[in-house]
Formats: sequence, structure tokens, C-alpha cells
Amino acid sequence: MHKQLGAVAQRPHARRWLAAAAVSLALGFASASPATAQETIKVGILHSLSGTMAISETTLKDVMLMLIDEQNKKGGVLGKKLEAVVVDPASNWPLFAEKARELISKDKVAVVFGCWTSVSRKSVLPVFKELDSILFYPVQYEGEESERNVFYTGAAPNQQAIPAVDYLMSKDGGEVKRWVLEGTDYVYPRTTNKVLEAYLKQKGVKDEDIMINYTPFGFSDWQTEVSKIKKFGSEGKKTAVVSTINGDANVPFYKELANQGVKATDIPVVAFSVGAEELAKHDTKPLVGHLAAWNYFQSIKAPVNASFIKSWHEFIKNQKRTTNDPMEAHFIGFNMWVKAVEKAKSTDPDKVIAALPGIEAPNLTGGTSKMLANHHITKPVYIGEIRGDGQFDVVWKTKDLVPGDAWSDYLPGSKDLEADWVELKCGNYNTVTKRCGG
Amino acid sequence: MRAVCGRLIALTLLFGLLVLGAAAARAGSFEDALAGFTTDSFSDTAEAVEAVATTGSPLAAPLLEALRESRLIFSAKDKKVFIKTRDGELLDAATTNPVSDAPPDDLETVRINNRLRNLIDAALGSLTLMAPDANRRFDAAQAVFKSRDAGSLPALDKALAAETNPRVKKAMQEARAAIVLNSSDASEADKIAAIAVARERGDQDALALLQGLPANVPMEVHKAARAASERIQNDLARWNAVQNAWYGLSLGSVLLLAAIGLAITFGVMGVINMAHGEMVMLGAYTTFVVQEVIRQNYPGLFDLSLAAAIPLAFLVSGAVGILIERTVIQFLYGRPLETLLATWGLSLILQQAVRATFGPTNKEVGNPSWMSGAFDLGGITITYNRLWIICFTLVVFAALLAMLRFTRLGLEMRAVTQNRTMAAAMGIRTARIDALTFGLGSGIAGIAGVALSQIDNVSPNLGQGYIIDSFMVVVFGGVGNLWGTLVGAFTLGIANKFLEPYAGAVLAKIAILVLIILFIQKRPRGMFALKGRAVEA
Repeated sequence: MHKQLGAVAQRPHARRWLAAAAVSLALGFASASPATAQETIKVGILHSLSGTMAISETTLKDVMLMLIDEQNKKGGVLGKKLEAVVVDPASNWPLFAEKARELISKDKVAVVFGCWTSVSRKSVLPVFKELDSILFYPVQYEGEESERNVFYTGAAPNQQAIPAVDYLMSKDGGEVKRWVLEGTDYVYPRTTNKVLEAYLKQKGVKDEDIMINYTPFGFSDWQTEVSKIKKFGSEGKKTAVVSTINGDANVPFYKELANQGVKATDIPVVAFSVGAEELAKHDTKPLVGHLAAWNYFQSIKAPVNASFIKSWHEFIKNQKRTTNDPMEAHFIGFNMWVKAVEKAKSTDPDKVIAALPGIEAPNLTGGTSKMLANHHITKPVYIGEIRGDGQFDVVWKTKDLVPGDAWSDYLPGSKDLEADWVELKCGNYNTVTKRCGG
Repeated sequence: MRAVCGRLIALTLLFGLLVLGAAAARAGSFEDALAGFTTDSFSDTAEAVEAVATTGSPLAAPLLEALRESRLIFSAKDKKVFIKTRDGELLDAATTNPVSDAPPDDLETVRINNRLRNLIDAALGSLTLMAPDANRRFDAAQAVFKSRDAGSLPALDKALAAETNPRVKKAMQEARAAIVLNSSDASEADKIAAIAVARERGDQDALALLQGLPANVPMEVHKAARAASERIQNDLARWNAVQNAWYGLSLGSVLLLAAIGLAITFGVMGVINMAHGEMVMLGAYTTFVVQEVIRQNYPGLFDLSLAAAIPLAFLVSGAVGILIERTVIQFLYGRPLETLLATWGLSLILQQAVRATFGPTNKEVGNPSWMSGAFDLGGITITYNRLWIICFTLVVFAALLAMLRFTRLGLEMRAVTQNRTMAAAMGIRTARIDALTFGLGSGIAGIAGVALSQIDNVSPNLGQGYIIDSFMVVVFGGVGNLWGTLVGAFTLGIANKFLEPYAGAVLAKIAILVLIILFIQKRPRGMFALKGRAVEA
């Protein structure tokens, strides 16, 4: 290459042409680049499009593209169009951090919507802190965290697990007296179960009436576990199972329940990670009556939900695709971010972070969610029962929106902690020692 | 005479009027009760269920059944309730006459929750105790046993006196015992008789009944209950051990099925085949494709889909196995490290290929009806899918053993693996035999995939979950020995299932791994080491 260029440069005509081309190119770049930078605001989407989490996360990428598209049709934000930057962290936790860095420093995105598993969130946290950017995290999680750069639009334990237990203790839920806490062996179920165990004991449930089991990821031989549950449940007191079983291990679990004849009327199972999408492909007849606790169900009747489902079906060009809770979380989070940017009149992360607390945006169940000072939001809690067709029937809901609590009030280590990024400027303020830092 | 006649007629008329009046009054209250279904509130529906059940109307049972099956429809505007028959016809719930004119446009299904389902079951229980169908009477008795509702006692006693079917009669006696033990005003003798009935039933429910006895019962009753519950507990503990052994056999059969193909490729040929799990996965996907084809073209033959899938899975996985052997592995014999890496790469390629073809989401493989459900054998529950898998595994094992022992191909396989040069000198085409042996091992892995598709998720990652377990079984059992694989699989399965109730699923698995490591330290060649000239140094 060098040689050829040299040969070309030796000829005078060619040299002139080359100079002209270089100048025009340089001019072109100079005129084009500031213009494009002014015209669009970049929005990063950090969801796995391959690997084990692709099943769940691809949908979230699609819903973000839809929301950005709709916002652009309304004229964008601050008079500029939004531009989606999609990367694929491939269900690989360290790769999440790399891709986050790429989005923020190379693509200069104003905000990132992404992550599903807690471990992927933990892996990108240092990057967002170091490069001072904003992450919207849309999935229900175990709590015990509040970061300045992260906004949690999914449910904290007090917005999902605790109301579900309250429902089961009520008359309509069957006045449950014994509890099986069944989960996959990793951080979310373990922390959630710790919170639940402390809560149940505070409600007067005795040690012998709580059974906690963990199984590995992708577990498929549920025979012993289900017969243990069956035995525990037939000892005279009304029993329920609180399931934090993750992903596809749920399918053989429910299959074994059905095979061994455990009916929802005898021992109901309430799940926190099972949605209509997972159930859609399976025979749900034997599962009728089992429960799920979410902040959103597709079957909820609200005009805003109906129009969301309609535009989702049009966008994805498939009438059968279901909508789910993390999709709603992105809907709320995206609208909050748009409002905050308009309030701050800038996409500068510091100004947007300061503007976000207090912002209100509609949720899909007909209410209005609010971003709190601890970077969590207010949400209603719904309990749904599985119907014969795999959809959920809402059988109970909280009267008001429940504010998300970053630090559980039922764990000894965290009940004195408070997160407040407005007054205290701290994610873990200790109300006893009056100090920030746990 | 005439006067008597006249008086008789008058009496009959009067009686008829009375009956009519009573019926009208009843029908009235039945209709009133229906109003509770039109408010879309769970507590109103609950009251309506109880009100309908107490009217004793013959319409109550079909109405409650419709409610339980979500076939009860209401119109909030017109305050009317309808029953949708199983054929989709709309009936007026108050009269069960078909609806002739256009129904209201705001029809909605009456929603129920678990509490209501229990209420409906209890109510239906006392209403259907006299049903003509024995199975329904049995279900009714079970429902009464569960609800222990003292209000059902008169109906139960009447049904019990008329019952002829021994199975239903026993269930009714148990239901009666449950009510008697639960009530405070039953006589001492009655209660002691009831304890005997519960002792006879002898399961966890009976135990719960005896242990939940009210505290204020007479001394005699208390003693009898304690003795009975102790004996039930002893029985249950024994059955529990049997149940664990059964689960162990079931887990062992799954391990054996996954490992048996590897026992040939790794055990007999000495090839470390990391793509073995993907052969299993291919078998499972073959099952999925077969089921899709059958579902679309011959829905009536769905129950036979597995029978069709078994030979196809064998052929698909076997063909892929032969292809792999011819293109990759044959150049790597005697170089275990390269084989390991090459087959590991192959496993990733196969996974990605399947992901690209079928998509990343799990595929649903249906259970044929003969593989769903369970039956009770004494005190243990046996699920059909596990039972069939155990039988299937043993058949596959026996067939493979017979093939190796009695066929020409089996003889040549054994000859080549024991002494390659001598076999070649005798005129056996060793390269062909290598390919066929590898194909056989892969094909059997494919068959395993058919069985595993029934109990596990069919996803591109299916094989990864079994590869470690398969190597564990083969190494533990003794490399090169099929019987060792059999004993190894069942030993590990049973040990795992006896540990699981105490240690939990995660710890049990860790404990098994540690035990194997210790065992291999002591006996590096596994339980049944091959002896003699065949063993390479």
C-alpha cells in the first residue's frame, strides 16, 4: 500500500487530485459530524441476544426499540431524534461490563437500558460509577442495593415477595400456616428467602413450619423435592410453596407436581419468576390455580395496557407475543427518563440523575408510578392465578402503589439502612450511627 | 264411599299444592342465590356457592360443576347467570332451558380462586354422594374427607347405607371417620371406631387427622389415637425408604441411559467424546420434529409418536456420529488431548447449529397419555413416566449386551477394541468397525434423548447437563465394562436419592462427587476394572 501511494504522489496531476480529495473529505467530515451529534441522542440497549438469557432479554431489546421509535414519531426529545445503540453481551457476565464501557465511552450514549440477572447488574456497576452514566434496570431483584447511577424499575422484595405472602395468609388466599421456600441456588432466591423467613417469623410462624430447599440451576429430577413438599403439606396445616425457582427448571417442577397429583387447592405454589411466556407452550390444565406475583399482567384491563399491547403486536408483527412485567418496567423507566431529560433540559448524566427523583410516569395498569429518592419506584402488586389457557387471572391487588424499599426492614443487617440520593446523597445511610457507608 | 273418595281427592290435591308450593319456594331461593354470582366479587361468589348448596335443588350440582370448570357465565347488566355446556350451548342457570333469544352482550365468566375451588369441592361432595356413577361418589367421599364438614354427616350416613361398591364404601367410611374425629360431640365409642378406620387408611392424611385431634377428648380416645398414629408413623417411615429406593432407581436409569452410549465410545473405544451430550440433544430434537409432524398430519396417532421417534433418533444421532468419526476422530486415535479439544469444539458447533435452526427457546415435547399421571403402590407414588423410562433403559441395555455378544458386528467390535493389529490381520476392516462402533454409541445416545425429552427441557443446552454425569458413571463403574456402567449408574442414583432428603439437592450432588473422587483414589479403574491382556498399560 505504501509503495503504491508513493508512486501515485510522484505524478503531479495525481497529487493534485489526491489533495482535493483529502480536503473535500475533511470538509465533509467536519460539516457532517457536529450536525449528526446534534441531531440524535443515543440510547444504549444492553440485553443478551444470544446464550441462555436470550429467551428473556431479546424481548426487552425489542420493546426498547419500539419505545424509541414511538418517541421519535412524537418528535424525539429536546427537539432531537433518539438513536438506539444495540449491543449483545451474550449472557456472559464479564462481557456485560465490557459492552457497557463500549456504549458509554465509544458510542457516547446518554443512558443505558439493560441487564436481567443480578450478577450482570453487579458486573456493570463499577463501569457506570467510573464513567458516570445512567442505567435503568427493569427486573425484579433481591434488593439490598441502591446506587447513584442506577434506577431500579423492577420490584424490590417488598413489592413482590412480601405482598404475595400477605395474600396467602389472608382469608382469600387460604389462611396458609406452613411455608415451603423453594428456590434455585443463587443470590436472588437466597436473599429473598432470607427476607421472607425473617418476615414470616415476625408474623409468628414457628421454625418447624418453614422449610427451605435449594436446587441447582436447570434441575430436572424433582421427585424427591415434590414428595418432600407433599409430605410437609399433609401434616395438618394449610401449606403453600413460595417458589423462586429460576428459568426452565420450572417446567419439570410443575410437571412433577401435576404427575404426583399436588393440586393448587391443596398446596398452592406462588412463583416470582414464572410468566405467561414460559407457560404459553405447555399444557396448563394441571397448573390451574397456582399463583404468580407480579406488578403487571397482560390480562389486566386498562386502556393504556390495551393500546400498549396493540402497538407491541403491530411492532413485532406477531399477534401471539405476550407482554410481561420487565417490559412494563422499561415502559415506565423510558418515559421517566424522557420526562427527566425535558425537565433538566439536558442529557448530561448528573443533571438527569438529579432531575429523576420525583418524576411521575404512567404504568400499564392504569396508575402513575413515581421515582423515589432511593432510585426505586412505586408500583402496584398483583397476584394472578393460572387459567386453563395459560394466562393469569388477577385475584388480588394491593390497595395503593407500594414504594420500593432498597434495604429490607426485616433483615438485621439492613433494617437500619436508608437510601436517599436527594437529601442525604447516600445509598446506604445508617440511621443508628448517622453515617453514610453501611 | 263417595265422601271418602272426595276427601281423598281433596287431600291429594292439597298435598300436590303443598309440594308445588314448596318447590316454588325452593326454586325461588335458588334463583335468589344466583344473584351472588353476578357481582364479580369472590366473597359474594363464596356466599352464593353456600346458598346454592343449601337449597338442595337438583340444579345445584350441575351449576357448581359448571362454576368449577369456568363454564358459568354472568351478565352484570341483566343480573342473569348462564351455564355454558361442554358443547358451547348457553343455558339459563335458573331453569337449565336453552337460551333462545340473543344473550346480553356483556357476558363474562364467573371468576374463582383456590378458596372457592375448595368450597365448591366440599359443597359438591355432599351433593353428589348419591350420584349414579361410582367414580363421582368416590370423588365426593374424598371431598368430604378433606372438608370434614359436620353438615355432610346426615347425607353421608344415608349414602353409606345405600352404598354397594366396596371401594366407594371404604372411602365413605373414612370420610365419616374424619368428620367424627373432628367433631366435639361424637360419642367415645364412635371416636374409637373412627380411629380404627383412620389406622386402616394409614397414610399421611390419616396421620394428620389423628394428630390434629381436639385436646379435650377422653383419655381412652387419646390413647387409642396415639397408638394408631405411632403405628402409622412406623409404616410411613418404612414406605419412605422404599420410596427413596424407587427414586434412586429412577435417577439411576436416567444416568444409565445417558451413560450407556458413552460406555461404548469412551469405555470400549477409548475416545473421550465431549460431544456425547449433543448426541442426546439431537435425539431429543428428533423427538420434537416427529411430534410436530404427527401433530400436524395424524393427530390421532400422537400417543405412538415416541415409538416412531426411537428408531429415527437412533438413525439421526448414529449418522452424525459416523460422520464425526470419519471426518475428525479417525485422525486423532491415540491422542486423547486433541480428541478432547476437537470433540469439545464439535459440541459447541452442534449446539449452535441447533440453536440457529430451531431457535434459542425451549421446545415443548408432549407426554403421551400413557406417560402422564401416577398410581399408588402401597404407601408410595409411582409416576408413569419414570416407570416407563426404567423399563426402557433396561430393554436398551439388554439389547446392546445381546448385540455385542451374539452378532457378527458385536464380535468384530470386541475383536478390534481388544487387539487392533490382530483383528486386522484376521481380515476385519478395522476402520469400518471403528466408524460403526462410534455410530452405535452415538445412536444409543440419540435413543436416550427420546426418553430424556419426556422429563427434561428440550433446549440446545440439554446435553451439557448430562455429559459430566455420564463420564462420572462410566469412570465409577469401570471403563470398558457395560455391567460396571449399569451397577455404577444405579449405585450413584440410589446414593444420591438417599442423601437428598437429608442434605438437600445441592449438597447431595456435591457429596456424591466427593465420594467418587475418594473412590477413584482408592480404585483408579473403577468398580469393575477390566483385567487381562485387553487393558492397555
